[in-house]
Amino acid sequence: MINWFKFSSPKTFYPLAGKLIPWLAAMATMLAIAGMYVGFFVAPTDAQQGEGYRIIFLHVPVSWMSMLIYLAMAFWAAIGLVFNSRLSAMMASALAPTGAIFTFLSLWTGALWGKPMWGTWWVWDARLTSELILLFLYIGFMALQSAIDEPRRADKAGAVLALVGVVNIPIIYFSVQWWNTLHQGASVSLTKAPSMATIMLVGMLLMVFAAWLYSMAITLARVRCIILEREHHADWLYQLKEVKR
Amino acid sequence: MKSPCNRHPMYVVVHRDLKLALRRKSDTLTPLFFFVIVVSLIPLGVGAERETLRQIAPGILWVSALLASMLSLNRLFEQDHADGTLEQMALSPTPLSMLVVGKVLAHWLLSGLPLTVIAPVLALQFDLPMPSLLILTVSLAIGTPVLSLIGAIGAGLTLGIRGGGVLVAVLVLPLYVPVLIFGAGSVEAIASGLGASAHLSILAALLVLAGFFAPWAATAALRVALEY
Repeated sequence: MINWFKFSSPKTFYPLAGKLIPWLAAMATMLAIAGMYVGFFVAPTDAQQGEGYRIIFLHVPVSWMSMLIYLAMAFWAAIGLVFNSRLSAMMASALAPTGAIFTFLSLWTGALWGKPMWGTWWVWDARLTSELILLFLYIGFMALQSAIDEPRRADKAGAVLALVGVVNIPIIYFSVQWWNTLHQGASVSLTKAPSMATIMLVGMLLMVFAAWLYSMAITLARVRCIILEREHHADWLYQLKEVKR
Repeated sequence: MKSPCNRHPMYVVVHRDLKLALRRKSDTLTPLFFFVIVVSLIPLGVGAERETLRQIAPGILWVSALLASMLSLNRLFEQDHADGTLEQMALSPTPLSMLVVGKVLAHWLLSGLPLTVIAPVLALQFDLPMPSLLILTVSLAIGTPVLSLIGAIGAGLTLGIRGGGVLVAVLVLPLYVPVLIFGAGSVEAIASGLGASAHLSILAALLVLAGFFAPWAATAALRVALEY
């Protein structure tokens, strides 16, 4: 029988993460190079938006990741709260900074896209505002965790906050449908054919997978640091060759 | 008179909190004066143009109410935590979330309700017409309980943490945003002739949702705080 919980302990997860990181990072780099090549050199100029649309290859992946990472963070936080497992809570804390960066990039690239297309850096419409709130939620999560010295309390308090903040995710996602906003609707959806040229879609998806793999790699690297910090009392840690040295 | 021991525990909690607040009136009144002062500062900063003031009044009153309600959050659990009452509450046979609802209700009676009562008077300074005044009061009456409910989560999470006062603002203010949007939006909607019922309905829906989920989350936060 497979032991599903084998890697739920920091001791077994730490070397596994170490093995995975180089592969994930290498694949992320390759996909990003391929995606940017397609985005900048292969994909044609957009009929309406000209060359400016090319920021889509960065904007859409980071925006998706900003929401997805929050969901992943809330998921791990919930698992940590329910099963009282240390590693899940560490995963939640490790995901937060990456999510915050992606949210910030989403707002930033959106502003850069908004200026030529809408004539303004920022509008107070539903999607932009809810994305801004998402950034505040990430910041609140990190601020709360860093204000608490007791790590287990920080885990649990952060988990409650992450779960409360999860209501914002469907609001961001559906904001372009619920409200009549300046932000354009989704170009890609699972239920109908995408409303963009195939080559543009390929470029965007390459960038999306690059963002996924990058997030995994950086989160695993961060969770390894957190494990080293938190498990400094554990014996197995001093058997590691990077610690022994 | 019936002794408080025979009453519903939630009633006892509300009764006790109100009594404590009456013994220490300044704790309750300070956030209210804060509200009055902030609202009065804006015309001095923005300029006393009647048309501008009338336009920004709903936003100003709502944002100030938000801040005033948030500033009084430390009163919610801090003293009970310091003198051990909160631990006794957690140990009592009554579910803690029920007592949390009582505390939130008392908090609203001491912060949200007075704000709702003063707001129309302050709105007169901004030259708001009568229908807007009415909607402002109704929207505050529906919206301020949501602020107390959401605030309870933040107050529970930051209980006994250094720098809790500023932290609670960072945690709670983003979650207040929907209330602010639909609260201030309702007054703007009536002023522009659209009718405020849609905004008020959403505000009421927020109240129902927060009333159901927030005590639960606040209780979880309190249990975390009491555990360590």
